[in-house]
Amino acid sequence: MKYLVAFPILIFISCNLSAKTIHKERSIYRNIVITEKNELRCMRFESRQRSISNQACIDLKNKDRLVFEYTQSIMAGLAIKPSPERILIIGLGGGSLPKAFSKILPDTEIVSVEIDPAVAKLAKKYFDYVENDKIKTSIKDGRVYIKRAIKQKQKFDWIILDAFNGDYIPEHLLTKEFLEETKTLLAPNGLLSANTFSGSKLYDYESVTYQSVFDHLKVLRSPTKGNRIIFACKCDEFPEKFVLDELTRNKLLLLGIDLSALIRRLSNEVDWDTSVSPLTDQFSPANLLNR
Amino acid sequence: MCFELLGGKLLAPYFGSSVYVWGSIITVFMLALSIGYLTGGKLSLFNPNLTKYGFIFIASAMSIIPTIYFSEAIMDWVFELVEDPRYGSLLASICLFLVPTVIMGMIAPYSVRILTESKHSSGQTAGFLYFVSTLGSAIGTIVTSFYFVLWMEINQILWLTVSVMFIAGLIALVINFNKSLPSKES
Repeated sequence: MKYLVAFPILIFISCNLSAKTIHKERSIYRNIVITEKNELRCMRFESRQRSISNQACIDLKNKDRLVFEYTQSIMAGLAIKPSPERILIIGLGGGSLPKAFSKILPDTEIVSVEIDPAVAKLAKKYFDYVENDKIKTSIKDGRVYIKRAIKQKQKFDWIILDAFNGDYIPEHLLTKEFLEETKTLLAPNGLLSANTFSGSKLYDYESVTYQSVFDHLKVLRSPTKGNRIIFACKCDEFPEKFVLDELTRNKLLLLGIDLSALIRRLSNEVDWDTSVSPLTDQFSPANLLNR
Repeated sequence: MCFELLGGKLLAPYFGSSVYVWGSIITVFMLALSIGYLTGGKLSLFNPNLTKYGFIFIASAMSIIPTIYFSEAIMDWVFELVEDPRYGSLLASICLFLVPTVIMGMIAPYSVRILTESKHSSGQTAGFLYFVSTLGSAIGTIVTSFYFVLWMEINQILWLTVSVMFIAGLIALVINFNKSLPSKES
């Protein structure tokens, strides 16, 4: 399994082998299973593959902790964009990202877009995801949401793409045209973050696609595993020095995240084959490239 | 089937890949084929010949071309018009796929008429045609989804489909022309 979630899977594979199933839900897209083991509750999509792909996990002893490393890494964006007014998250999962953001940035409006209504339902029931006037959920395809939002002349300061954890990659969310649309929806100096694929040919294609739309990229690689977060900004230049808001930093520490350590790992290094062509709506065999 | 699979890829940027998008596409294709079968059958009653048969192929090839050039403009228009992605994808499918698929549907019953030599063998002829067309669908599905999308852009695959249908139509016309020559002499 070469999915970007390979990293959390490896960590939890041993304990999840004997994890207890506490709920099963059949949605129009897939079967969703909620499991529990050692005070760790996880949402997973049932698949025939041997490896288990957890979509979301919550630590029942410390519900605010961000269990997956990639969700922690995304928080590095807070150094680049310290006080976003509106955040858009494509792919809700268990809702751990919107929950964390609402803790750190109580005045920020956080909109999550999720295609599967059953996932949103289970996030509320089993993962403490709560909606209010600041935390909103829209049950839609991510691309349709973004196209509509552009039409309504909305703007977001930070867009996070987190819709690629399933067995099947939504290819229309991985094309140049889609990224151009997210760029349009970003406010000036807005930030885009995405957890990306690694360990297959798709790595080169995806990286080049981001490069073709955004002039400036920063990447954050996991120190131990292959996965990587891309940060792209709609700006002339990334800030030379990141401003670390003391309050934000302390709040992150409470969630177990060291912002300064994350920033040190942000890099400009291009380690992909830049000769491949970007993925477009006309050419998007992402699933075939990710073998 | 090749056309149907590409239909899904064409609609995704505007209407997503939710189940109802595939529902719309399959509905429109089935509806179009049923209309095509009916009209193709009716058409075969009136002086059926290979020339007309060839022109059905050429017409269906031609009817795909607007999809190549105008799909984005049409989907832009539908996206503006219909908020609900279910009816949006349904309307877009109708605009993009209905006409070509109706014409393609006319080929099957017309083929039965052209190839049937007697009442006795009509079942066998129909069976053979079902065999050819369904096998063709299977092959179209697998090469499109496994290889074509990796080798070509969607529009290039559509042009390939247009060319194949156009050439098939031309072959029918040429065969008919050769056949009719001696008959005129006699």
